[in-house]
Amino acid sequence: MAERDILNFDVAIVGAGPAGLAAACRLGQLTRESGREMSICVLEKGAEVGAHSLSGALLDPVALTGLFPDWEKRDPPPMTPVTQEEVHFFANQSRRLKIPPWLVPRPLHNQGCYIISLGRLCQWLALQAESFGVEIFPGFAAAEVHYDAEGNVAGVITGDVGLDRDGNPKDNFQPGVLIEAKYTLFAEGCRGHLGKELVERFQLGWNNASNDESGDEARQQDRFQCDPPHYGLGFKELWRIDPAKFHPGKVLHTWGWPLDAHTEGGGFLYHWLDNLVSLGFVVGLGYENPYLNPYQEFQRWKTHPQIRGLLQGAERLGYGARALNKGGWQSIPKTVFPGGLLIGCEAGFLDNARLKGIHTAMQTGVLAAEAVAEAFAANGRNDEVTGFERRWRSSWVADALYRTRNFGPALNRWGAYVGGMYSWLEQNILAGKVPWTIHNKTPDHARLKPAAQFEPIEYSGADGKVSFDILSSVYLSNTNHREDQPCHLKLKDPAIPVEKCLPLYDEPAQRYCPANVYEIVQEPEGPRFQINFQNCVHCKACDIKDPFQNIIWTPPEGGDGPRYVNM
Amino acid sequence: MKILVAIKRVVDYNVRIQIKPDGSGVMLEGVKMSINPFDEIALEEAIRLKEKGLAESITVVTVAGKQAEEQLRQALAMGADHALRVDTDQDLQPINIARVLEAIVKREAPDLILMGKQAIDDDCSQTPQMLAGLLDWPQATFVSKLELADGWVRVSREVDAGLEELSVRLPAIISADLRLNEPRYVKLPDIMKARRKPIDILTLDDLSVAMAPQLEIVKTEPPPPRKPGRKLASIEELITELKQMGVLS
Ligand SMILES: Cc1cc2nc3c(=O)[nH]c(=O)nc-3n(C[C@H](O)[C@H](O)[C@H](O)COP(=O)(O)OP(=O)(O)OC[C@H]3O[C@@H](n4cnc5c(N)ncnc54)[C@H](O)[C@@H]3O)c2cc1C
Ligand code: SF4
Repeated sequence: MAERDILNFDVAIVGAGPAGLAAACRLGQLTRESGREMSICVLEKGAEVGAHSLSGALLDPVALTGLFPDWEKRDPPPMTPVTQEEVHFFANQSRRLKIPPWLVPRPLHNQGCYIISLGRLCQWLALQAESFGVEIFPGFAAAEVHYDAEGNVAGVITGDVGLDRDGNPKDNFQPGVLIEAKYTLFAEGCRGHLGKELVERFQLGWNNASNDESGDEARQQDRFQCDPPHYGLGFKELWRIDPAKFHPGKVLHTWGWPLDAHTEGGGFLYHWLDNLVSLGFVVGLGYENPYLNPYQEFQRWKTHPQIRGLLQGAERLGYGARALNKGGWQSIPKTVFPGGLLIGCEAGFLDNARLKGIHTAMQTGVLAAEAVAEAFAANGRNDEVTGFERRWRSSWVADALYRTRNFGPALNRWGAYVGGMYSWLEQNILAGKVPWTIHNKTPDHARLKPAAQFEPIEYSGADGKVSFDILSSVYLSNTNHREDQPCHLKLKDPAIPVEKCLPLYDEPAQRYCPANVYEIVQEPEGPRFQINFQNCVHCKACDIKDPFQNIIWTPPEGGDGPRYVNM
Repeated sequence: MKILVAIKRVVDYNVRIQIKPDGSGVMLEGVKMSINPFDEIALEEAIRLKEKGLAESITVVTVAGKQAEEQLRQALAMGADHALRVDTDQDLQPINIARVLEAIVKREAPDLILMGKQAIDDDCSQTPQMLAGLLDWPQATFVSKLELADGWVRVSREVDAGLEELSVRLPAIISADLRLNEPRYVKLPDIMKARRKPIDILTLDDLSVAMAPQLEIVKTEPPPPRKPGRKLASIEELITELKQMGVLS
């Protein structure tokens, strides 16, 4: 069998999202300033940078401006400043209430933000990073963490390619490459599969009394009580609408219908440019009813007259889905461990109240880069870069997350109405300065209740105009996985779906997966759990929501997965 | 022996094509681009010939703007020795590309030219044939198997009736079909090396070729949407339906 190649870098970065790429750019800048050579690489599982990026997206430019004060002169990706914003409460399938601006919780205001495509932003950031000599390798997933003899993180190993369905090497088999690095930055985004392993191995997160170096009493108290991470599943579609209805820079957020008051979530709709509208829907993954179908809720949302009216005669160009972090401040684990750092959504740095994580991802990337460069200058390697914890805890990222820390848990505890009112009070009247912290100690997968407690939900069929069946949607994600490879969705125990999850929860994977990967097929011998892994869009919802935590997402062959365009 | 492989940068085969709203062409902004898959197969075959010791060097050429250097680097990472880009931002029409390649052949003097049987963007399937005509070289198109011996290439080509076996004398032009081989995965260290290799750039003036357009794209339209399918309950129902549609009698 072929030998494993070894490549050496000073810094390896896993994931070419805004966190990883901002870190790469900052490291590049610092190398140039200091004149001291530092080799930097970025691994990205998507076929190209941006292919797996999916976001709203409203960009708060604060981190971008910090990184490149002259970004406007660097041929930036297409952006439209927010000019007009509305928040609507959907009371039912036809009524809506426009919320006056003074009643909107303060974090939901978006003046000064830009409507962007995250994929395009990442492609631009990649060009900037390459101009500093950073090596970016799209099409290569980091499959394993590499530990040195002392158990410190010392790099990553990319996935093998050319295996057949049973895991046997084919003619064109290539073993993964060992990327050895003095420091490894993990920037896989929400629910990174390596990040999950690291949090467990180094006991960084939930259920773990980690040490806090910041002096702040209240904050320290929180650290000892790190909550489990919480998530939402975000759907997005890109539409080209009638020019007469297009208002560049207009932003709409909705909450309420079709979700009930116990289920967190809401819709967004952004007029981007060239008559292109980005719209989507987020469903909190802490939902209780296993019959809930997030995809169908999203399709239903589009049939509200306010959305349907806009989409009349419009063309749908893209579809995709991705999990996002909702845990906020209370769920952030310790971010450093020997040889490695967690940045961006890998650590859960998303301001849930603002549904914004791009700016915090970029800023934590920048701060990590500065801390790593400092450690590197002191000839450090494979040790714990404590400077990063210190830096982010005294940055605006910590302030922002701390200020809105009760937003998610309040919604979770009291539902959209009372929780929403609470947040308005806390943010608009008390300016986020309350001494208490609300917690949510139940992981999302454990909140699911047995199917017997609910009636199945009837969703009306797709109309083919604004609502669509799931397979025609998946088609628009351009996703593909080479068929003859091992299934990348692993079951710890293959019997659980049919023997336990089906009778108890009616196997919710059939419904929460936004790409129809999981099916219960009725055979003469009885039900069978089928995994159509080729459809997977790498959203990570199954890894999060499976009530038995039996489904493990692992990276498929590098380059496989969605090929999002302008998402 | 020298092999010349011509490659084209096209929208990745996994990406669903989107038409510009004014019908003037296909949207390319932010879209993943790749080496045309048939060209990649042609290149893979060239590399295998070299690995068998039957060829000394492989040159890849593309006629395109600077962005296509991404695909040339990919070709270098796969195993090509030299990369050449003929700079143009004009519309790529078969006869013009064939003329440019003719000039390249005069410069590079290859013994074998390997090309994809067609580009998946315009599906023309004309350039190899036109180039063979211009050079007055023997050609074998849609090749699914290839062997080299004593100055001859023995090929199998897929035709409607089955497989046709042909021998063509070198120098020759071969166009590759899907089943010729399965291209290799590029290796990370090779990608790094390929990034440091030079790419030669020629202009149309250097080659004294003018690309006068011979075709004009009048309009691009998406295919009509597929009508939704229907589930029928039984074979009987299917037969009744087919009879009603006049398919069965
Ligand atoms: C529907 C939706 C709407 C949103 N709206 C907004 C908004 O309006 N404004 C805002 O600021 N934020 C928004 N967000 C959040 C924002 O998108 C994220 O916070 C941000 O993308 C996080 O950046 P990141 O770099 O940490 O991770 P990601 O953007 O997820 O990037 C991670 C990258 O790493 C790659 N990767 C993962 N694992 C591996 C591996 N093992 N090997 C190699 N590569 C790997 C992935 O392919 C990906 O490219 C939204 C999110 C969603 C889902
Ligand atoms: S299989 Fe899992 S990761 Fe893939 S699309 Fe479905 S829920 Fe998302």
